[in-house]
Amino acid sequence: MLAIRKNKVREPLEDRVFAGVSYVVLAALAFICLYPLYFVVIASISDPDAVYAGKVILWIQGFTMMGYEKIFQNDSIFRGFFNSVFYTCVGTIINLAVTLPAAYALSRKDLVGRRGIMILFIITMYFSGGMIPTYLLIQNIGLYNKPIVLLLCNALVVYNMIIARSFFEQTIPDELLEAARIDGCGNTHFFVRIVLPLSKTMIAVVALYYAVMHWNSFMQALLYIDDPDWKPLQLVLRDLLISTQAMAQFMQGDESIVMQQKLVNVMQYGIIVVAILPMMVIYPFVQKHFVKGVMIGAVKG
Amino acid sequence: MKSQALAAEGRGLLRSRNTVTGAQVVKKSKWRAILRNYELYIFLLPALAYIAVFMYAPMYGVLMAFKDYNMAKGVMASPWVGLENFRRFFAGYNFWTTLWNTLALSLYYLAATLPLPIVLALIFNNIRTGIFKKSVQMITYAPNFISVVVLVGIMKILMTPETGVFNVLLTKFFGAGVIDVFGKPEYFRHLYVWSGVWQTLGWNSIIYVAALAGISPDLYEAATIDGASRLQKIWYLEIPSILPTAVIILILNTGSVMNLGFEKVYLMQTPLNLAVSETIPTYVYKMGVIAGDYSLATAIGLFNSVVSGVLLVIVNFISKKFSETSLY
Repeated sequence: MLAIRKNKVREPLEDRVFAGVSYVVLAALAFICLYPLYFVVIASISDPDAVYAGKVILWIQGFTMMGYEKIFQNDSIFRGFFNSVFYTCVGTIINLAVTLPAAYALSRKDLVGRRGIMILFIITMYFSGGMIPTYLLIQNIGLYNKPIVLLLCNALVVYNMIIARSFFEQTIPDELLEAARIDGCGNTHFFVRIVLPLSKTMIAVVALYYAVMHWNSFMQALLYIDDPDWKPLQLVLRDLLISTQAMAQFMQGDESIVMQQKLVNVMQYGIIVVAILPMMVIYPFVQKHFVKGVMIGAVKG
Repeated sequence: MKSQALAAEGRGLLRSRNTVTGAQVVKKSKWRAILRNYELYIFLLPALAYIAVFMYAPMYGVLMAFKDYNMAKGVMASPWVGLENFRRFFAGYNFWTTLWNTLALSLYYLAATLPLPIVLALIFNNIRTGIFKKSVQMITYAPNFISVVVLVGIMKILMTPETGVFNVLLTKFFGAGVIDVFGKPEYFRHLYVWSGVWQTLGWNSIIYVAALAGISPDLYEAATIDGASRLQKIWYLEIPSILPTAVIILILNTGSVMNLGFEKVYLMQTPLNLAVSETIPTYVYKMGVIAGDYSLATAIGLFNSVVSGVLLVIVNFISKKFSETSLY
């Protein structure tokens, strides 16, 4: 034992320098990733004057909830938020109902025509009609400006279906199906009672992917939804954060122009917080599921 | 012995029956297999209906790139005009700028987002697993889940001239002057690319971390015995092992070069930076959805798909030649 300890090689200098540099780089990176978000949060609850004067850098100055009070008086943000919650919940349920059965069917080796059907799906990953033909189609089939279009136009993401299919192929042994068959269990019964309960992790991963897609999706709503009552949050945010004309509605009143500008800024910080809050609250708990999804997908990729 | 003989006899029997009816039996058993699993086809129905309506039907609509599309007549009845729509696009005053803007932005984006996640993955792979590593990973993955709208919103508000924190830090700590990042066209590409790096760096490193975890411990042991330092292990062992993954990702990304980021470019576009920010996808949107020139917009979109298809084939060919990795 003693001899071994004596002979233990110390890490060479080069390696220790490498490790030191690594830690510094990672710490800097984490700071860069986190700081903008952190700043938005502290700026949203700081005194508008201090934010405007550039005094808020690392900590809150003159705590106030003024921005949030204004936000919660605003109908369009409220409506957008609840519309997005609706699109995300219902949309994800539709996604799962379309994706999982199809993925299971394609995972079955005894499915006649499996290869051909799979190719039909894969083609759509590489080729598409493009923005305009799809836009005209939506108009022609009468879905334009109907909220249901946002639930249906992304009903299936082929990549997610492939994740689900790989998972079924790897975890549901053929013997299980044989055994169930002998006991007189049909395909539907087998899928609902046995396959789905065995796939809870994967279902969670796929559901999360779909939910994030719905929550963040912007282009479909931009193209297909015109009715202000049915705008999702992202579209409302575009109006308030980026094109900024909509912010003018908050600039009435008898405050000076500069004061109004300060108010608008504080509100914008608050709006960003409202938009990313749901994500950031659940993110730490579900992070490992997201990573798992990449792994399942990569195996096949 | 006896059972083997029986089995052989049984096989012989089956074979003789098959030869009698031949193909019919095969066909019959195929139909039986389909019928037995008819539920599986019902499972597939919603997904197939979805791709038929939302994916394949628009592909048929691409025909209108060669027609003078008229909403009242529909795609079929509109008159053919051959390549007229393409000619109009190529002859347009902004064809070359739009094409160049698209290519420059995409290639710059590709060049920045491809190698950096590999570097990050190598660092992750070479430090001790612990709370520090886990939390850095968690933090760097997070920006990936921020929507494009919020990302551009954050950039705009943080980089406001004079009052945004970006400029405050710039003047306070670096003594530099105020930069109006969104107002100056020369910053548009850097802003687009580096905000993309900020958002995707951590997330894109996951796949390489997974590939690195797959390297056999034997190889590490052998390298240690040969006296390789950490950097030598990275250079001679780890980088060669993840090269195939990197090449596949390069090829896949090249395929989407021309299509990347309609949303982000569109949101970052201001009248001030239009000269560099007008790309083919945003131009398609303006020509089609805003101006209503559907045939022209479809033709531009089709041109874009063809260019990206050609790029994909070229990159795939090159990589097949030099690294023996390819998509097909």
